Amino acid sequence: MCLSIPSKIVEIDEDNIATVDTMGIKRQVSLDLMLDEVDVGDYILIHVGFAMNKIDEEEALQSLEVYQEMLEAMEEDERRQVIEDDDNCDSRVET
Amino acid sequence: MSELQLKDLYSGFRDPDTIKALAWAIAAEAKKLKEPLKIMEVCGGHTHTIMKYGLKQLLPSNIDFIHGPGCPVCIMPKERIDHAIALAQIENSILLTLGDMIRVPGSKSSLALERANGCDIRALYSPLDAIKIALENPDKKVIFFAIGFETTTPMTAAVLEQMEKRGIKNLYFHINHVLVPPAVDAIMADGKAKINAFIGPAHVSVISGAKIYLPLPKQYATPVVVSGFEPVDVMQSILMIVKQKNENRCEMEIQYSRSVTLDGNTKAQEMIAKFMKPREHFRWRGIGDIPLSALELREEYAAYDAEKIFADILPTEPIDDHKLCICGTILKGLAKPNDCKVFGTACTPNNPMGSCMVSSEGACNAYYRYGEI
Repeated sequence: MCLSIPSKIVEIDEDNIATVDTMGIKRQVSLDLMLDEVDVGDYILIHVGFAMNKIDEEEALQSLEVYQEMLEAMEEDERRQVIEDDDNCDSRVET
Repeated sequence: MSELQLKDLYSGFRDPDTIKALAWAIAAEAKKLKEPLKIMEVCGGHTHTIMKYGLKQLLPSNIDFIHGPGCPVCIMPKERIDHAIALAQIENSILLTLGDMIRVPGSKSSLALERANGCDIRALYSPLDAIKIALENPDKKVIFFAIGFETTTPMTAAVLEQMEKRGIKNLYFHINHVLVPPAVDAIMADGKAKINAFIGPAHVSVISGAKIYLPLPKQYATPVVVSGFEPVDVMQSILMIVKQKNENRCEMEIQYSRSVTLDGNTKAQEMIAKFMKPREHFRWRGIGDIPLSALELREEYAAYDAEKIFADILPTEPIDDHKLCICGTILKGLAKPNDCKVFGTACTPNNPMGSCMVSSEGACNAYYRYGEI
């Protein structure tokens, strides 16, 4: 019920209705509830036939960057773990 | 990464490796937790993300979820479903509602059964379709049975606005819009569910702003993180909660920063306030009466208020659930679906006894669909 779908505005007509692209599916939504001005190419959240807000692209990109850093940190940790395990293994062989 | 693509808004927040990295970070932080975390994810949408992506299985054993009441279909008491049925039975009427309401059992029937019996009952893709249907059927009473939390309320207000603008006289509203904060307060006041953190529903806050959760950390000493609905969003929110706990902080934080601000969509808030006001009493399934937890039409719109216009045919007595159904206890965060004797046996999505099994946001439906039977 409370779910909404990110979509991209493709066209806006005179009746304040936007045609949006939701991952390949085209549909029409009302812009009657929009607080911010929107334009073709903007990303918006869609809920039961209405646009709710404009998605902040900067914030989205920042989140994705944080995840990338986190992924790298985990991979680094995994590499270190492998090396440590490997070292332990070697020492066992020697003794 | 330079320019955002539409697919990034989906795949970027569902990426399995990112989920794994967050699970790794949570595992490291959770070792330092002084007490087990019992996180209430208030919204049914979050319950579904947790179940669908198996997030619980990625978390250490000292982090558990308590499923909340944030499912508008689930919390609808039987007498109000009986209202919808009574309205649908009015001669020359068309009853409109959203999705899952159609299949929820009332005391004796459901809208689905009444539709099979010949009543004109329609599930809308968008509430705005109500305008079109009212215009196309000037000789009929078109009644919109409006449901939903803060997220869905402004859409009903937008329909009211269009109705006024176009001078439509045959459209009526049965308002069942409910509010998240009073429900959370009721659960905390009950005190039985041992909750020590909240994941706040983000789409509610897209409309109402994150400010509606500001009192929670102060009042109950619980962190609140306003979270998006993708699995990466939920995992990041859990990490933020664990960090707050370890740092002895207790704050409202916004994880879903790409769409939630402190103030929310003030235009939508104004539109709601123009047509609706808080309702003195509203009975929630399982939880009971919560004062000021729902909305109703303002006096000025009484001529369009189905509860007033058709008051003589609407039942007023509260009706309790089937005694075997524990939806109410689940909605209060005191039980999980598989604690229920009829879960997955007498009660299934195809033949539901309780509302939590019907709704695609209900906890029972999520458990049935994604495992743990």
